Amino acid sequence: MITFASFAAPPDDLYGHGHRVAHPIDPADDRDMDIDFDDEEFVSGSKLTVPGETLTSSHAFMRGHGTYVDNEQVIASVAGTVERVNKLISVRAARSRYNPEVGDLVVGRIAEVQPKRWKVDAGGRQDAVLMLSSVNLPGGVQRRKLESDELQMRTFFEEGDLLVAEVQAFFADGAMSLHTRSLKYGKLRNGQLVIVPPALIRRLKSHFTSLPCGVDLILGLNGYIWVSKHVKDSDREGEDGFDAEAVYSNRNDDIDCATRTAIARVTNIIRALAAHWQPLTDAVLLEAYEWAVEQDCDVKDLLLDDVAAALVASLGGQH
Amino acid sequence: MGSRVEILNDDGYRSDGRRQFELRDITMDLSPRGTADGSAMITHGLTQVMVSVFGPREAKMRAQTLHDRAVLNVEVNIAPFSTGERRKRNRGDKRILELAASIKSTFEPVVQTALYPRSQIDIYVHVLQQDGGLLQASINAATLALVGAGIPLLDLVCAVTGGVHSTSPMLDLTTLEENDIPHLTVAVMPKTGNVTLVTMETRLHVDRFGDIFKLTCDAAQVIHQEMKRAAYARTRRLVDAMDVDSKSILLTGDNVDKDTAMNELE
Repeated sequence: MITFASFAAPPDDLYGHGHRVAHPIDPADDRDMDIDFDDEEFVSGSKLTVPGETLTSSHAFMRGHGTYVDNEQVIASVAGTVERVNKLISVRAARSRYNPEVGDLVVGRIAEVQPKRWKVDAGGRQDAVLMLSSVNLPGGVQRRKLESDELQMRTFFEEGDLLVAEVQAFFADGAMSLHTRSLKYGKLRNGQLVIVPPALIRRLKSHFTSLPCGVDLILGLNGYIWVSKHVKDSDREGEDGFDAEAVYSNRNDDIDCATRTAIARVTNIIRALAAHWQPLTDAVLLEAYEWAVEQDCDVKDLLLDDVAAALVASLGGQH
Repeated sequence: MGSRVEILNDDGYRSDGRRQFELRDITMDLSPRGTADGSAMITHGLTQVMVSVFGPREAKMRAQTLHDRAVLNVEVNIAPFSTGERRKRNRGDKRILELAASIKSTFEPVVQTALYPRSQIDIYVHVLQQDGGLLQASINAATLALVGAGIPLLDLVCAVTGGVHSTSPMLDLTTLEENDIPHLTVAVMPKTGNVTLVTMETRLHVDRFGDIFKLTCDAAQVIHQEMKRAAYARTRRLVDAMDVDSKSILLTGDNVDKDTAMNELE
């Protein structure tokens, strides 16, 4: 299941072998599909389901996400784990696109500049909206938005710019509205973007972490991870805590060779772990980085199948 | 007549050694490919189809977006090396457009598009090898790819072809058989038995239709078992990979959000 865009993935060894099916066969092998909700075991273990499987009757339970009701039965509509909260049955998909929640930290890319708003690609089912009124503008936090600001929106964010923001609210159709009204948020530079499936990013106390190797990480909950050169806390706050030049600058700082290598190593570790479906946290990444340095393997070798497997095994082995 | 291959010989065997109601080998591979949200490769005998699903995502064609549901976009690409005689079909080919349209209409009643207003779901079908049952393989692979992408479906869609040789019905035809005998493709939602697609390009006696239609619906149940098994195996693998790690995080770190940690302790 490892994927690196340049070559084809090997077949899933769990289901690699075709087996011959003769028709008609006995339809009685429909075992282990029905879920008994009185079962003690259900509460502890993770029950799986696939679309079209009956979960329970709709009289006793309410349907949640990932399910629908037909013929007085609650039926799963996605493949994943069945979750129950009191009388509410829902199915969480094993893999899906990012489902935003208010307060989530996301990394995104400007897709379009529209009147008074930017459209941001943040891995969701629609482009997110960043209103001109939800960004900090040069000149202070409480400054009014003038007509001249509307006319020079591209001086703040242009198409293709990367930014980190927080989900502020939702529109009626489910599109998310972002804001960057904090010094932590804003345009990104001095680094590299890695995209992983959003399920792999857990909610952490802080999604801004810095590794001791001189690399800052922003783990966006949408699966977009920004790996960049470490910026000292003292540098981050300029005059008045806000320096327009620095915040909306498009120019990278000087990045020395060691930092570039460290950034590349961290991104390759993230890719390797994501290919093995390993959840990413700062602790895991730090451990993996130490392993990679210890093994003294080349940065690009981390993408090799066997090195990646050894990396994952080393993480599992320690616990 | 003498030089032609016998479709069904006197002993009841077909040209590739199968019995009348026997399906070909099926392999299903749901491993991820590239940046696709969900992907599946399926083989029915020598027919091999790969499907990648992207979305739901921001619609590229602004004019076609619907304010109350997602748009399904199906594109089919038939590799020039997929057939015996090498032939390049361009994207505007009528056969290909028709194939794409049938796949689209098969999935429109099944995918819960109402959950994703103003978005678009792209289904890219790549035909790598063809030996009959192209539509059947494409639909089955598209179902698995949609499941892999976590897109809500009312049910799995299972498609199968059937044909009639003089009076004897048979299933899962090869190119050789498709060229010779009347055949139809049926796509079924196995839970309810609802049929979302029936298509036939040849003439078939109306008395034979009922038999073959019922037979294909039964065969779809068999394919359903296989698809379900593949989907469970894939889901189990993803969930297990996550679970192993979450336990180890609990032991080592305190960097997990309290809510998540509580859930895992339960």
